[in-house]
Amino acid sequence: MAKISFVLNGKTVEFESDLNRRLLDVLRDDFNLTGPKEGCGEGECGACAVLMNHEIVNSCCTPLANVIGKSITTIEGFASTKRYVVIKDAFAKTGGVQCGFCTPGMIIATESLLNKNPHPTEYEIKIGLSGNLCRCTGYNLIVEAVKEAAKNGEGLW
Amino acid sequence: MVNAFVPKNLNHCLEILNDQNVRIVAGGTDILIQNRSHTSMLIGFKSDVVYIANLEELNKIYEDDEFIYIGSCVSLEKIIEETKVPKLLRDTILEMASPAIRHTGTLGGNIGNASPAGDSLVSLYVLDCELEIKSYNNTRRVMLIDFIQGVRKINLERNELITKIILPKAEFTNSYFKKVGPRLTDAISKLSFSGAYKVNKKVITDIRIAFGAVSKTIVRSKEIENRIIGLKIKDIAGMVNEIVSWYEPLIKPIDDQRSNKEYRKEVALNLLRDFLRNLEG
Repeated sequence: MAKISFVLNGKTVEFESDLNRRLLDVLRDDFNLTGPKEGCGEGECGACAVLMNHEIVNSCCTPLANVIGKSITTIEGFASTKRYVVIKDAFAKTGGVQCGFCTPGMIIATESLLNKNPHPTEYEIKIGLSGNLCRCTGYNLIVEAVKEAAKNGEGLW
Repeated sequence: MVNAFVPKNLNHCLEILNDQNVRIVAGGTDILIQNRSHTSMLIGFKSDVVYIANLEELNKIYEDDEFIYIGSCVSLEKIIEETKVPKLLRDTILEMASPAIRHTGTLGGNIGNASPAGDSLVSLYVLDCELEIKSYNNTRRVMLIDFIQGVRKINLERNELITKIILPKAEFTNSYFKKVGPRLTDAISKLSFSGAYKVNKKVITDIRIAFGAVSKTIVRSKEIENRIIGLKIKDIAGMVNEIVSWYEPLIKPIDDQRSNKEYRKEVALNLLRDFLRNLEG
């Protein structure tokens, strides 16, 4: 057990924990943040995606020890931003959500992409989403959603 | 009970490596999956671990007149964004994994993992990569080609750490990387090919060719490269089949869940043909 501190959804958290834990388990079990989900558990599907220092990472293959001093944002924290509202509306409008299991990860991937590249080409969008799998295979609509978000959120990124 | 060490700085880390029997964890994107536990809420490490990802000394990229130095824990995504880094390596890393993995995965980790399908390795071999290895009492430099000794076998003592990836500066007329996988990104290679060359006054003055995932380690032959150096560009077109036949005995792939040996061999040699037919300058 060790004392650990990092920023979670904008607030500094400090607690005792074994450091040999996956960030995903800490978020879900200790903080009740169930937006990040365990899909494959091996970094292939992106359902567990969160932002670390504003870049997408897979929380299922991030050890808690590597999070010390970092800033972690889950979909719950991101949901309080203007950018989230633009992305959410774009997903709703284009039909980029079917069963919804991949959606938190897809939105995190969208934010990570647009934060670095506010005007991505279709190819860059596909690369940006390449670590997120949608089992309903609604990929085209999700790519449309990212385009729509980039257009409607002009100036936000 | 598995202990976790989080060193304050590089020296502290080397001290821990000297005194304890620990497994080194960088980004964790592969080692966490290799040690996944289905029965415990803890990662299933079998020995104590030391976490090195956030060590400042291992997160720098810099250069001098001769070399580019990449800290072993610089994230793959940061390497892509760094224009000092040779284009061949940046092109290669762009096809590795996904953005999420590249934000935490490291070059030191891909090397230490020493998988024959490790995507960065094939281009690092072409770039004549060296490594800086440190222990508490010693610093040494080793060529990557001598460091990797077999499938997941590396020349690293229990108390040593890969600290820097060192690339000699070289000018190429062109470089070429092709990865063959089931999809463009987020996939493990069936095989890969990397090449670079320099042409001066229509004569090949430098050529480097490497194949990934077609043998126990990356395949590169300086002996064959030396036979090509000195040839005129216009003569290569008529020699493609002959050069392919020189490489053919070195390509010894296996069957596994990702591909089979016939496919791997044929495609590897076809990529060599494509590379040779498109030399220009």
